Parts: sequence; C-alpha cells; structure tokens
Amino acid sequence: MDLNLTAEESAFRDELRAWLASNVPKDWDEWREKPMEESFPYLRAWQKRLQEGCWAAVSWPKEYGGRSATLMQQALFWEEMARVEAPPMANSLGLGLIGPTIIAYGTEAQKKRYIPKILSAEEIWCQGFSEPNAGSDLAGLQTEARLEDDHYIVNGQKVWTSYGWVGDWCELVVRTDVSAAKHKGLTVLLVDMKSPGVEVRPLRQMTGESEFNELFFRDVRVPVENILGKVNDGWNVAVSTLMYERGSYGARLHLIFKRYFTRLIELARTIQRNGRPASEDPVIRQKLAQCSAEIEIMRFNQMRAFSRITATGVPGPEGSIQKIFWSELNQRLQQIAQEILGSYGQLTAGDSHAIDKGQWSYAYLRTRGNTIEAGTSEVQRNIIGHFVLGLPRSY
Amino acid sequence: MQFGLSESQEFLKDSARKFFAGECPSAEMRRLMETDTAYDAALWSKLTHQGYTGIIFPEEYGGVGLGKVELMLLMEEAGRALLPGPFFSTVVLAGSVLDAVATPAHKKQYLGPICHGEVRATVAILEASASWNPRDVQLTTTNGKLTGEKFFVSDADIADFLIVVARDGVFVVHSKARGLKISPMVGMDLTRKLYVVEFSDTPAEEIGSKSNLARAFDVATAALSAELVGGMQRTLDIAVEYAKTRKQFGKPIGMFQAVQHQCADMYLETESSRSAVYYAGWALEENSPDAATAVSIAKMYASDAARTVGNRGIQIHGGMGFTWENDLHLYYRRAKASETAFGDATFHRERIASMVINSASTTAKSA
Repeated sequence: MDLNLTAEESAFRDELRAWLASNVPKDWDEWREKPMEESFPYLRAWQKRLQEGCWAAVSWPKEYGGRSATLMQQALFWEEMARVEAPPMANSLGLGLIGPTIIAYGTEAQKKRYIPKILSAEEIWCQGFSEPNAGSDLAGLQTEARLEDDHYIVNGQKVWTSYGWVGDWCELVVRTDVSAAKHKGLTVLLVDMKSPGVEVRPLRQMTGESEFNELFFRDVRVPVENILGKVNDGWNVAVSTLMYERGSYGARLHLIFKRYFTRLIELARTIQRNGRPASEDPVIRQKLAQCSAEIEIMRFNQMRAFSRITATGVPGPEGSIQKIFWSELNQRLQQIAQEILGSYGQLTAGDSHAIDKGQWSYAYLRTRGNTIEAGTSEVQRNIIGHFVLGLPRSY
Repeated sequence: MQFGLSESQEFLKDSARKFFAGECPSAEMRRLMETDTAYDAALWSKLTHQGYTGIIFPEEYGGVGLGKVELMLLMEEAGRALLPGPFFSTVVLAGSVLDAVATPAHKKQYLGPICHGEVRATVAILEASASWNPRDVQLTTTNGKLTGEKFFVSDADIADFLIVVARDGVFVVHSKARGLKISPMVGMDLTRKLYVVEFSDTPAEEIGSKSNLARAFDVATAALSAELVGGMQRTLDIAVEYAKTRKQFGKPIGMFQAVQHQCADMYLETESSRSAVYYAGWALEENSPDAATAVSIAKMYASDAARTVGNRGIQIHGGMGFTWENDLHLYYRRAKASETAFGDATFHRERIASMVINSASTTAKSA
C-alpha cells in the first residue's frame, strides 16, 4: 500500500496542470447558469480544445486519440478538471460510454467512421436504453427491429435519454428476435438521429428542467452495417456500456462534493441558530462531521477499487458499493444543507433572496434522481447480494 | 498510487487469519471467555513466536519493526477470531504508549519484555467520569505516589504492570505494588475483561510526559477500529452463510430482498470501514498531516457500522440470532465495548468537526 503518486502519475498530473493553466476557459461562470441549449456551442468548443491537447478521452487507447491512461491517471484527470472547475465536455456520453463500447465491439469501418467525430464533438451521441416498461428490468425492452432486405425497420419508444435533443447518433438497444429468451433476442444499432421517423420530445423532470428526452421511432430504417457487435448479442454490448457508466462516475465526485461541503461550512459560519453561528451548534457540527467523513471514505473506497482493478484486471467487489455510497451521501449532504439554510433553503433561482442563486434548492431536488439513475439503489443491492455475496437471485 | 495490499502485507494477513483460525477457533474463544482473565499462557507464547507481540516496535527492543498498516491487518484478523485476552491491552495499547512516551532506558525495561512475550500490561486512562477527554484526568502523583482510582481498565488483573495516565505525567505501577487493588467490572464483552484499579499511596515510576500520548492513542484507536472491521467481516460471513442455507416458505431466506439488501448493506458498511481503517494506518505510518482526522474518521465510521452490522446480522438469523449458542452476540458485545473505548462516534464527530470546520476557512481561500 502506497498512496504517494508514482513518477509517471506525477508527470501526467503536472503535464495536465500546465495545460489546463493556459487552456481552461476563464468565462465559464458566465455560462454555467444558462440553459444547455445556449451553452452547448461553448461546450463543443471546449471539448475540441481538449481534443487538440489530446485530453478529451485519456482512458482511450493511444491509437484512437486517447492516452491509454491507467485508472489512477483517469482519477487524477477528473480531480484536476474538478479542481480548476473546468466546464463539462459536450459529448460526455460519446466519450465516456459509447466510444469505448464502439472501440470494444465495432468493426474497423465503424471505428474509423465514428470515433474521430466523437472525440472532436462534431457528432454528439445519446443512448436509447430505458423504455417506459423497461427500467431496472432493461432486458424486457420492447422496441422492435424487423429485418427487411439490408435494413432494419425500428418501431418503439425510449425514455430518459440524455442529450437526445442535440444527439446526432444514438446507441439503440432493440429486440431483433421476439421468440428468443428476453436477454438473447437483443441487438445494438447505431442510429442516425436525423433518420425519418425519429421524434425527440423533452421530458420535464421534477426540478422543472428537461435534462432528458423521450425518443419515438416510427418505421425508422437503419442499414444492417450499423449493427454494433453481433445480431442478438446486444445484451453483452449494452452491459459493457453500463459498466463504463458505473465505473467512471465516482472518480470525479469527490472534489465536487468537497466543494459543496466547503461552501456549506462557510454558510454555517454566517447563518445564526439559537443566537450563535450554525457552525457552533453541536447538532449541526455532528452532521457536518459525519458528512465530511463520508466524503473522504467515498474517496478511499474509490482508490481501493481502482487499485484492485489495476492489480487484477477485473473490477473488485468494492466497486459495486460506490454507486450506492455516493448517491445516498449526496442526498444526505443536501439534506444537511437544507437544515442549515432553514427557510432560505427552499428559494429557487430567480428569487432575489436566494442563497447561491438557488443552487441548494435545485440540488436538493436533483439528488432524488441520484438513487434512481444509472441503476437504482435496489438494483445495486441486488447486484451485491447475488454477484458479490453469492446469495440466490431474488428476481 | 496503490491503495491495495502489497504481497508481503497480503501474506501477513493471510497467515494471521490461518493462525487465529487454527489456534483460536470459536470453541477455544468460548472456553477462554469463561475464565477469569481470558488469558492463556500457551496461546500467548504462540503469539510471541509469530512475532505478533513485537509487530510494530523497533528491532532494538526485540520488535519486528513493521508498519501501522501491518498492525491494522493483524488486528483485523484478531478481531475476526474475536481473540480473547490481553493482546490489545498489552501490545497495542501499552506497547504504543511506551513507544511514544518512554525514554530508551524505559523502553528497554518495559517495551522489550512486551516484544519478547514475557509480560502482560495495560494502560489505565479513564476515571469515574468515563470521559475520553484527556483534560478530565484528575489523578495526580504526590511525592511519586498515587492515590485514587481508574475505571474501565482492560485486562488489569493479568497485567504485570500498569501504565497510568495522570495529570502530571505517565507512570508505571507494578502489579505487586503496595496499595494497589484491582476488582472486576462486569462488562458486556466477555472476551476482554474490565477492572476498577484503586491506588492508595502506591509507588509509581514516571516514564514520560503526556505530550506524545495523543499519538499513541491514535495508533490504539485505529487498531481497535481494525479489530471492529474483522468482527464485522465475521458477522457478515456468518449471516450470508445462514441466509443461503436457512429455508422458509420453501426458499433460502437470502432469496428475499428484505434479507438480501440487509446483507448488501452489511457489506457496504464493512468495506467502507475497512477502507477508512487502512487509510488511517497508512496516514499514521507516513505521519501524514491528516493522520489524526483519518483516525477519527475510521473510529467514527467503524463504531457505528459495527453496531449496525451486528443488528442486521442478528435480525437475519431470526430466533437463532437471539440464542446464546450463536456467536453473533459475542461479536456484538465486543462491538459495543469497542464502540465506547477511545471515544464513540459522537466523540469523534466532534473531533472531526473541530479539525474540519476550523480549517475550512483557510482551505476555501486557498482553493
């Protein structure tokens, strides 16, 4: 066990720091609060810049424009990005989930066609996985693709699609064999979102905005060369995408949580409770300390998980607890924030008395989604129970 | 960066697990807990032979000179076996205090025999107030003699000498010293016995000042947290095994999500405690500036988690979990005793708050 950075890791971080110091945009604060429709060209430009510096997809193999970064280097990358408060990248699903899946399962022609434009943010990608009747039970999805000569004809509906409104391409999971057992009849198609018959509708969420879309497919024609992987092997392709989703998330959260927490302490010093600053109230102090400790433990768990994967090549059991840990911690963090802010906690963006432009009321509502998106807490506990502890499958 | 165990660390942990499984299985643990002191001379000599009694101490005093991470691993495995007797009191607690505060001459005199397995020892800290705040220590020497009492002193009756934390320094009192009276406190944990120690004009030898005591207590606190992790792991293993084999409604109860999710939470709590403990061990070894905070994080989290894991483990067992013959309650008892020792979660949360909240303003400015 040695938590000091290796010479290689330090060199990686120093190079990144130097690059960020002269390249990270200084005006992100002016854009941050704007709707994504307005800021999207800005985010595209930022990703293009990262690509030019070879920083857009550090985890990707060098031959595809990445840096073949180790997991520790990837963690350092997200830490540094969070430290300088860099804007997010426009094509985050393409870079984080779909690109790696295409690299793993795609044909040479597909890689050549799609990968460079994912990197440069010229083509934005979205995911068509969940359906109204297939959430946790993803394999029960019903969107159907019927083969007609050299095209599939796709009909169905997808939901909870991030970036659907701006997506050029979609990694779509469809049922190609209705007679097969449910996991066995699925195929992944790469679908041009400009195809006739694709309709995108905003899905308004409980925070009031629309981060996600609903996608409707009516007789959409997809050429057979757009199959990713093998016909009826779509479950394995989709699961590999989901693994990237669950794996990469945790690394960037530590500093984000820490920034929230530091700001919360500042507020606790100025907000009065029973005639003294909230930061001196023993009950508030207990809750802040618990939260602070859990933020650190989240990082320790993450480092252990990364070390395990690095040493053994396979994700260790520690990884499966990360999703539960960060999502529930984020909810507790926002609950404590509400307790400290008191009546001000409810004020939303646009109210002149709102603290921090209403970000706390937004975050309070938004964190309810954390224990649902990317695999509900219940599904995560099933995974631990069955795959880690070896208990019989419950469903 | 490598937050995993090295080959030699894996080896140490693995051999410790096998050692305790072979030398101190459940039946032996239960036999010892029924004795007055839970001490067994033959077991002690085997512990010594393994090098465990000198694990972290310098070779010049007969120690093995391993690091704090290694200590965490050993204590984790000792905790898994619910090792009874004065190992924690003697090696971890008394040994660390001597290592931190004593002069070389005193180390030779007192730490050496600990490393060589020749003596048992303990440290008397708490008084009637049961406060872990060092400022609440009242006992003071007068002309090199102690008069007063200490409470909750672990393994005092089997100790060859006691290290006494007084207002004016740290002292050694020999078990045969004049005016020393040791009487049992009947605690929940049957494997680690507690005592009231009374001094009446008892001669005490000063071995050092209190200034380095915090460091020794941090080592002991982290090691106790590691021991809790081992207990949690054992509780989880027993519960999962039971959930796989116990059938109700024609199915193994582990198939029901109400049970399965309890097991998943036990796993999350155990692994998170383990991460916190390993980090604390590393921070202590490296003298990292956040070492004290890391120790509090580990003790805070593990104290709460050990109780919760115990609650869940007993609940999963249903009626069987409530029986004397099931080992779970023995771990549960140890967890309760260790929860309060060296400060419970509430105590450490306040310690974290004072470190984190007070430094946050400077952090915010420099970030």
